[in-house]
Amino acid sequence: MYVYDNFDRTLLAERVSEFRDQVGRRLSGALTEDEFKPLRLMNGVYLQLHAYMLRVAIPYGTLSSAQLRTLAHIARRYDRGYGHFTTRQNMQFNWIKLSDLPDVMADLAETGLHGMQTSGNCVRNVTTDQWAAVAPDEVEDPRIYAEILRQHCTMHPEFTFLPRKFKIAVTAAKHDRAAIRVHDIGLRMHKNGAGEVGFEVVVGGGLGRTPFVAKTVKPFLHKRDLLSYIEAILRVYNQYGRRDNIYKARIKILVHELGAEKFASEVETEWQSIKDGPLAIGPELIADVASHFKYPTYERLANEPIELQRARSIKPQFGRWFRNSVSPHKQPGYSIVTLSLKPEGAPPGDATAEQMDAIADLADRYSFGEIRVGHEQNLVLPHVPQRDLPALWEALDAIGVATPNVGLVTDIIACPGLDYCSLANTRSIPVAQELTRRFKSLDAQHSIGRLHVNISGCINACGHHHVGHIGILGVEKNGEEFYQITLGGRADEQAELGALMGPAVPYNEVADVIEDVVAAYVELRERPEELFVDTVKRLGVEPFKDRVYAAR
Amino acid sequence: MPLVKNLRIVEDPFVRVLDEAPVADDAAVLVPAARLTADAGELLQRGGRTGVIWPNNRNVAELAPYLDRLDVVALTFPKFQDGRAYSQARLLRERYGFRGELRATGQVLRDQFLFLIRAGFDAFEVTKPADAEHFAEAARRYSAFYQPAGDGRGPASRKQLAEAAAG
Repeated sequence: MYVYDNFDRTLLAERVSEFRDQVGRRLSGALTEDEFKPLRLMNGVYLQLHAYMLRVAIPYGTLSSAQLRTLAHIARRYDRGYGHFTTRQNMQFNWIKLSDLPDVMADLAETGLHGMQTSGNCVRNVTTDQWAAVAPDEVEDPRIYAEILRQHCTMHPEFTFLPRKFKIAVTAAKHDRAAIRVHDIGLRMHKNGAGEVGFEVVVGGGLGRTPFVAKTVKPFLHKRDLLSYIEAILRVYNQYGRRDNIYKARIKILVHELGAEKFASEVETEWQSIKDGPLAIGPELIADVASHFKYPTYERLANEPIELQRARSIKPQFGRWFRNSVSPHKQPGYSIVTLSLKPEGAPPGDATAEQMDAIADLADRYSFGEIRVGHEQNLVLPHVPQRDLPALWEALDAIGVATPNVGLVTDIIACPGLDYCSLANTRSIPVAQELTRRFKSLDAQHSIGRLHVNISGCINACGHHHVGHIGILGVEKNGEEFYQITLGGRADEQAELGALMGPAVPYNEVADVIEDVVAAYVELRERPEELFVDTVKRLGVEPFKDRVYAAR
Repeated sequence: MPLVKNLRIVEDPFVRVLDEAPVADDAAVLVPAARLTADAGELLQRGGRTGVIWPNNRNVAELAPYLDRLDVVALTFPKFQDGRAYSQARLLRERYGFRGELRATGQVLRDQFLFLIRAGFDAFEVTKPADAEHFAEAARRYSAFYQPAGDGRGPASRKQLAEAAAG
């Protein structure tokens, strides 16, 4: 993980002091709410339905055990004893008092955490693969470049008042776990013909009310040019992005209106003027940032140790969890373990202070003190010796984070919805909770196979419904909650937007309809291994529509 | 609206001439972009100083032919959330080499000062008098910067801080 030095700590302390001053001026009335709003947003503070909400950045999804304990402390001391992991590797606290916020920020800063640029019209938390540096299919650790970008974009003097928010994601693996094609800028690290590692740059992806899959503007960008090229994109966007209509202000609209080629040529022209300036990245900068990352010193271990083999043969429950939640690690004898924050009947992505403390202890004991957060709202222990898996499983099960449903129908992504959010039209969490009850049979879930259900409580699409294999979007009709269902979306390297299945259905029928969709899939799939999303791709939505609506 | 330069509130020697009125030979004036491009020859040959108020949706490349004879370029923030003039400022300083006064006008509030300074502004028409009085404090709030910008400060200081901590 990235370890802060004196420089990072100085900047953060100055930020906390500035925010304390801003809150003081707001409380004294020197700042109006309108003037205060962009300042609090820049620190991740929203005004929600019931209270202020604080969004804490977890840069590139990497947390130390000490940082996770800090989050537990904030939940316990200033909130109601829990926090919520979001789809962008952040944590949200929903019940914070404005007057407590400066102290919360100061407590967070103790372990290098903050809410900087988790909101507002600036470059947001740079996200990446939650399996960075441990996935076998990766060319390089993408977090080093995410950190270079994070630093460059933190309090950037030119790009802090962009037309709209701006999200960047980086992946370095064959399989895209960072959803880069639905970001404003997506970066895919790969090797060119000469064996050099660089970036494919994709621009203009995004969800919301006008969803787009990002388009490639640069098939291969050298590392030295990363900052200058991003700066060129941001400069073109800052000057020409629309500011007349909040719904047309994202870069995806600019890319769409200009056309990807014209947009790319504008960026190219700007980039040519700055590429050899002070933003050119030398190997020493990369080495310096890399040196701030602490990597574990692995033991020399063999795969499939006897402890693991024995547990798999005598404990079927362990075996099921192992097949579902444990993934191969690049280091022999180690595994990547996903902790499901989607138990039956609970809001997706929530963790209590007690769970966070317990997970921090388990990370210290079994995973070199490191935890990751993924965009699917689950946690990861990234470096677990395989011999410790049986003991770890017992401990995780005891705190309720070993549900073997990772990637299955009840591993639902959902936004907070009308229960918390002032933008939402409908509830999301209760829909997710009901679905986890309907599909609670693990045998049934495993026979259905990989299936991502994403739920958004309004058109802003925080639950990424467009890219769910099944997407559920809440809309309000004459004061009642209705839900549109889309099928066939995906956020990975084959990113695609889901297609609408048919008319929206009322709240109390959503779970029935989803059950019917899944039953239709089981009937329609060619063989048990054909995934839901592949069946939809092969057949389109029509056969699903026919079956689901026939009975209604 | 107080004008701040060199961290202090100062008298503004420039007068805005927003119509077609004639301009005296020795007057220091700020004129709109259209007036400058229409009357550049006449305005810039005078003994008095000339500045232009340049809108944030017009390419600053059009200003390039006049820059060596302009004393002030005033860029505008119609709302403080509208950040286009930051890009214009950096382009004027870093690409077109403008060394005259770069003035921030419009809604200019305390929490923008540092960004404005780093983007290359050196004069500020501050909206609220109380903010103008706290200008120096706001400008000094940060000592660490992650990125290089027009003001010469940037991540180079990381090394010094690291050495200071070690030594």
